[in-house]
Amino acid sequence: MSAEGAAAQTVRITYREAMRQAIREALIRDPRVFLMGEDVGRYGGCFAVSRGLLEEFGPERIRDTPLSESAFVGAGIGAAMGGMRPIVEIMTVNFSLLALDQILNNAATILHMSGGQFNIPLVIRMTTGAGRQLAAQHSHSLEGWYAHIPGIKILTPATLEDARGMLWTALEDPDPVLIFEHGGLYNTEGELAADAGAVEIDHAAVRRAGSDVSLIAYGGTLGKALRAAEELAAGGIDAEVLDLRTLRPLDTESILASVTRTHRAVIIDEGWRSGSIAAEVSARIMEGAFYELDAPVARVCSAEVPMPYPRHLEEAALPQAATVVQTVRAMVGKRD
Amino acid sequence: MTPTPQAASSNHPQPAGEHSLTALRQMILIRRFEEKCAELYNAGKIHGFVHLYIGEEAIAVGVIAQLQPEDAIVATYREHGHALVRGVPATAVMAEMYGKQEGCSRGRGGSMHLFDAATRFYGGNAIVGGGLPLAVGLALADKMAGRARVTACFFGEGAVAEGEFHECLNLSALWKLPVLFCCENNLYAMGTALRRSESETDLCLKASSYEMPAWPVDGMDVEACQDAARRALTAVRGGGGPLFLEFRTYRFRAHSMFDPQLYREKQEVEEWKKRDPILTFGARLREAGLLDDNVLKSIEDDVAAEIDRSVEFAEAGTWEPVEELTRFVYSERTRP
Repeated sequence: MSAEGAAAQTVRITYREAMRQAIREALIRDPRVFLMGEDVGRYGGCFAVSRGLLEEFGPERIRDTPLSESAFVGAGIGAAMGGMRPIVEIMTVNFSLLALDQILNNAATILHMSGGQFNIPLVIRMTTGAGRQLAAQHSHSLEGWYAHIPGIKILTPATLEDARGMLWTALEDPDPVLIFEHGGLYNTEGELAADAGAVEIDHAAVRRAGSDVSLIAYGGTLGKALRAAEELAAGGIDAEVLDLRTLRPLDTESILASVTRTHRAVIIDEGWRSGSIAAEVSARIMEGAFYELDAPVARVCSAEVPMPYPRHLEEAALPQAATVVQTVRAMVGKRD
Repeated sequence: MTPTPQAASSNHPQPAGEHSLTALRQMILIRRFEEKCAELYNAGKIHGFVHLYIGEEAIAVGVIAQLQPEDAIVATYREHGHALVRGVPATAVMAEMYGKQEGCSRGRGGSMHLFDAATRFYGGNAIVGGGLPLAVGLALADKMAGRARVTACFFGEGAVAEGEFHECLNLSALWKLPVLFCCENNLYAMGTALRRSESETDLCLKASSYEMPAWPVDGMDVEACQDAARRALTAVRGGGGPLFLEFRTYRFRAHSMFDPQLYREKQEVEEWKKRDPILTFGARLREAGLLDDNVLKSIEDDVAAEIDRSVEFAEAGTWEPVEELTRFVYSERTRP
């Protein structure tokens, strides 16, 4: 078969199914891998990601836990130090706060504090983000907050390729990796190469090339950035869309390269503006590409409120493609 | 169920006398080592928080000597004694107290964070209760891998107030994991008496509510500690799940070096000192004809020489170059 023919072979798949295939593949490839978390087994996963895996791999490797986030996340750390390759699932980012002690004080710290003796090859997956009317205790985007912590890596798969491919790479990493899956993405559907597999996790990716402005997004905001870019293109503005993919370590080089091409940047982030990953990206642009800028860096972030329940308020609180379009138009307009 | 090798390598039967003198020597080593640490702290050689184990030596000596080399230990910030008994060289412990890179954690951790991969000593955890999930995870890895190892997890009675205590006792009992929980009940969580912080002060009752055996042990009596540990380890190694030992003990010194001890009566301290584990065990050995002034002097001289060597080693140690500050935030090893 020709290379073109192979590349053309794709399957129609959802983000959820891509994640499931990634977990399944990991369980098949490495006997040290197991999945542990609340309702990952019999229930099939809070967001149905692990449905069917209990039947295939059994309760030893698809391990339902009590509602004890600190204990089972810490147990994942201990099991990783004991030679296993655990995948720990936390239902939502808000619940992960119950395990923050283990994530920060142990997972992120022990390697350095022990003088390099104990690394922790642990993967923690959790759902993040809003948009499903789940109100203020199930909807926040704290991945930027986690990205503050040295010693861990923060991945935010926004595409089917990354949903399918980041997990294996994360499992091969000798250190703790947190994967934030935006809850609004699980049902997104598209074409994925039939032989899709592991992807690198060190670089941001240009998802749409452009010359007038860099729209810098990740996870749940990538789709909004792409939609904004389409709308802007209709108005004659050529936006580049950069998918950060990994929030720690940040691929500063790709960010600066994009801004150097376009001379303008808008960062779209579902986190709260103050102290956000958008703030960090903005600071790095100032530090590294200040003289390339034709306009101040702009941010489109979530409103600084706990996420409200009613749809119209939730939509008002979240970054939207329309806001991005307005922001870019104002930015370009100012220059001219 | 995992296979259970009968006490494999380290428990060579020793003459009762020699065995007892070894235990006495270990307790004296901890006592003198920590007295030296207090002196060096006041001399400005050791900094930060230093929590002395003086008065509680019988527990570490009694329990850890019963462990196999392949077993694991998770301890707290009051862990100098545990590390020494486990076989972390006094030189490496003292160098760690100094913050020198020859220390057992490369000087990164100090008094509260002794780590040693060679003896499976997993810290040195200074978040009360934070070590329990690690122990659960280490035991989970052993059970999943079919290894007949035990993880001994030490913590103070203050940890009983933490959610992690309850989460971890439940989880380990639910999954029948080989953890030996060793609660060192010295009656005060820093300055808060147990009776002032717990509605139910019977710790064995709490533990047994999680369907695991829970035994109170006289923590001032090294032979009682040895005996309880031996029986407990046999039970845990047999695959019956975790077991909880409450060692009733007392700390003779302040909580740390910044503690005027306003929360307890001097008389109470003096009463407990009458039960000094070194003095009472020494007296018993004298009665049995196993110890006399000459033997004691030779132990003291031997211990003094070991401590002198550790101080010389620490003094001669070197500071980690500042250029290495960020080493081991992430692993340097190649991927497995």
